[in-house]
Amino acid sequence: MFAFLLRRFGQAVIVMLVISLLSFSIQDQLGDPLRELVGQSVSEEIREQLRDKMGLNDPYLVQYWRFLKNALQGDLGTSYFFKRPALDVILDKLPATIDLVIAATFWILLFSIPVGIFAAIHPDHWFSKLALSLSILGISIPVFLTAIFLIYLFAVELGWLPSYGRGDTITLFSTWKTSLLTLDGLSHILLPSISLASVILPLFVRLIRSEMMEVLESEYIRFAWAKGLRRRRIWFLHSFKNTLLPVITVGGVQIGIMVAYTILTETVFQWPGMGFMFLEAINRVDTPLIVAYLIVVGLIFVVTNTVVDIIYGLVNPTVTLVGRPT
Amino acid sequence: MNFSLERMRRSPVYYSFINNKVAMVSAAILSTLLLVSILAPFIAPYDPWDQTAFDIMDSEYPPIGSSGADDRFLLGTDDMGRDMLSTILYGTGISIAIGIFATILQAFMGISIGLVSGYFGSRLDSFLMRIADIQLSFTTLMVAIIILAVFQAAVGLNSYERYALLMIVLVIGIAEWPQYARTVRACVLAEKKKEYVDAVKVIGLRPMRILYRHILPNTFSPLLVISTVQVANAIITEAGLSFLGLGMPITKPSLGSLIRNGFDYIFSGSWWITFLPALVLIVLILTINLLGDWLRDVLNPKIYK
Repeated sequence: MFAFLLRRFGQAVIVMLVISLLSFSIQDQLGDPLRELVGQSVSEEIREQLRDKMGLNDPYLVQYWRFLKNALQGDLGTSYFFKRPALDVILDKLPATIDLVIAATFWILLFSIPVGIFAAIHPDHWFSKLALSLSILGISIPVFLTAIFLIYLFAVELGWLPSYGRGDTITLFSTWKTSLLTLDGLSHILLPSISLASVILPLFVRLIRSEMMEVLESEYIRFAWAKGLRRRRIWFLHSFKNTLLPVITVGGVQIGIMVAYTILTETVFQWPGMGFMFLEAINRVDTPLIVAYLIVVGLIFVVTNTVVDIIYGLVNPTVTLVGRPT
Repeated sequence: MNFSLERMRRSPVYYSFINNKVAMVSAAILSTLLLVSILAPFIAPYDPWDQTAFDIMDSEYPPIGSSGADDRFLLGTDDMGRDMLSTILYGTGISIAIGIFATILQAFMGISIGLVSGYFGSRLDSFLMRIADIQLSFTTLMVAIIILAVFQAAVGLNSYERYALLMIVLVIGIAEWPQYARTVRACVLAEKKKEYVDAVKVIGLRPMRILYRHILPNTFSPLLVISTVQVANAIITEAGLSFLGLGMPITKPSLGSLIRNGFDYIFSGSWWITFLPALVLIVLILTINLLGDWLRDVLNPKIYK
């Protein structure tokens, strides 16, 4: 077990190093930090002196090492546009994105589990067929279109819900601004969270359904029937529990996918989160902010995947841990 | 070997096809879309790529049937006075082309890597599959957004528009290779234990020939199934990228860029600029997905157990 954890952790570190190297190369290529600092009016001589002083003439690896050292201390450079440390800017925007992900996850769990189980237990019921058809439709509508349709219907035509922004927020634990706890905030997050959930929800319904149908066919479930266990016990205890394993792995990957889709959702709803900020940073060629975003998002991806792998290794007794003979 | 119509007619796939209304309707709609987008230069009433062919004075006419419509424009015009029907026809072509070319690139990379990985196994295999895992964990859309965004910031908007098509195909093509590689690898692992592979080995064929001529054809049906899904996914990804302004420029729009362009106008009531291309995009993806679902049911014997 220890060897498995160690290897998994080692892999995470290597991936982060690769991401940091890529991000650093981007920083190196994109824009000129000196011009952002002093403008165009300074003579070539002073520029050269400044370059020396800032270490911009050092060898590539020396500069990378410095970048890495600073990054480990939480210094990812200063945003050109906001004139503040890039990491601070991102941490300001992070709660908005996390709110969105939490709300979307809520919808997904609320609907996918009961619908998926029902469709697996009663595959020929009209509701199961409807759910499956709707899920194909859901997969086929890109997330930004769901968002646009929702805006058009509920904000433009009916005028019931706001179409942009976060609304009122409450500060929790002195740092966390959340819109999940005010009525106004909730009315703002409703449409964005539904559109974000709309891509993942159908996948989950189909996944839970197909996994559970497979489990229901297995020998031990037949044995459970033969033993005369009650239906509910077989469905919810024996079958559903074993359905959860693959759902955990896929679920972990979906968190990463959701982060990607937040960029689209936040753009449509002008939701002031990380994704919206990233696109603005791209338009302004705000290199330190772009780089900081890459590092933070890379970290989120690597951490969630590592955690999911480890949980899977712990929960699944049949998994062959790496390093052990099969 | 007689590869005739007769043979096709007796195959279980064909039998299932003519007995499945959803598959037939999807195939009909999809081939129509394909056909009209290929023929777009001939059947489109106007040339949407020609800046001189449209007039800003014609902008924002609604489709025929609504009040204030203009007879010349069946589906209305966009904010620049371009005929919606023509732009949609051309845009559908671009979207489909990107989907197909990106998938071909994925298939080419993924199949080669998967074959080698599955056949030679051991260290190389675990290394390649590790890379595939990592690559997949970052999700194509994220990778594509970041690469294209950085590329756009680096070369500037004007030069970016010239290379957009190529870049999108490359990025989506390269980012999704693990999908094919994993499938092919799993098939190869199952196939190489079979007797026919032993037989060709005994004959003394070279590994590459065994791989490409004998094992690869037997992995064909799962590849066909994921290919349909991959084309649909590539089209969705491209639409998302274009919607973010990282895809096709508005002068040569795909369906995604048309939707992005129209989004600014839905608040003022010009719904058709967004909703008509959106409808085509959804129908396009939906029919491909429905066909993919049907194919999976037909080609995957696991369902019938």
